[in-house]
Amino acid sequence: MLTLPGALRAAIIAHARADHPDEACGVIAGPAGSDRPERFIPMTNAERSPTFYRFDSMEQFQVWREMDERDEEPVVIYHSHTATEAYPSRTDISYASEPGAHYVLVSTRDPEEAEFRSYRIVDGAVSEEKVRVADDEPADAAKE
Amino acid sequence: MAIEVRIPTILRNYTGGAKSVEGSGDTLAGLIADLDSRHSGLQERLVDDSGLRRFVNVYLNDEDVRFLGGLEAPVKDGDTVTVLPAVAGGAR
Repeated sequence: MLTLPGALRAAIIAHARADHPDEACGVIAGPAGSDRPERFIPMTNAERSPTFYRFDSMEQFQVWREMDERDEEPVVIYHSHTATEAYPSRTDISYASEPGAHYVLVSTRDPEEAEFRSYRIVDGAVSEEKVRVADDEPADAAKE
Repeated sequence: MAIEVRIPTILRNYTGGAKSVEGSGDTLAGLIADLDSRHSGLQERLVDDSGLRRFVNVYLNDEDVRFLGGLEAPVKDGDTVTVLPAVAGGAR
C-alpha cells in the first residue's frame, strides 16, 4: 500500500494536468527505508511526448545525488498517461528499474476526473496496490 | 588510487550488495571490462553490440558520458563513474 499526504497526491495531479497532452513525470523522495514520500520533485520529460517519458539525464543525476546526500530514496516515481488508462504499459514495465519504489500512474484522459493508481514493478511483474491518502501527515509539497 | 564506480540498487546483485566498487582502465570500455572480471555479468547489463545500452545512463564525474565519447571516453585514477538506470516509459 502507498500512503501519501493529500497535498502530494494533488501536486502530482496538478503537474500531470499542467503538462497535458504531454506526459508528466517526477519523483517523491523520502528518508531511506521509511517508505514515506515527503519531498515532491517534478522532473522534466526530456521526450516532451504524449506517448513517452524519460527523465532528463543530467537532471536525474543531480536529483539522485541530492537524494544520496540527504540519505533519501525515490519512494514514489510517477508519470502520466494522457490518452490511456493509468496502468503500466509494456514499456513502463520493461524500463522499471527501482524495485523498491511505488510506481504511480495518473491518467489525464478525462478532463474532469484524474485516475490515480499505484503499482510495484519488480522483475517485470506488476502488482497494483491500494493508495491511502493521509491528510494528518506532514507534507512540504506544493511549495515548489 | 583507482576509479570509483557507483552502482544503482538494481545492479547491486552483481557487486554483492556494494553501493560502489573500484576499478581501473584507460577508457570507459576498459573500466567496464575490468569490473566484469570481478563482477561477472555487469558488462552485459551496461553494454550491447551498439555501445552503451540506451536505457542506462553513465556519468563520468559530473558529465553524461554520451557527451564525452561514450565507451571511448578516457578515464583515470581519481575519477568517479556513476551508473543510473534511465527512468523512462510511456503509454504504449
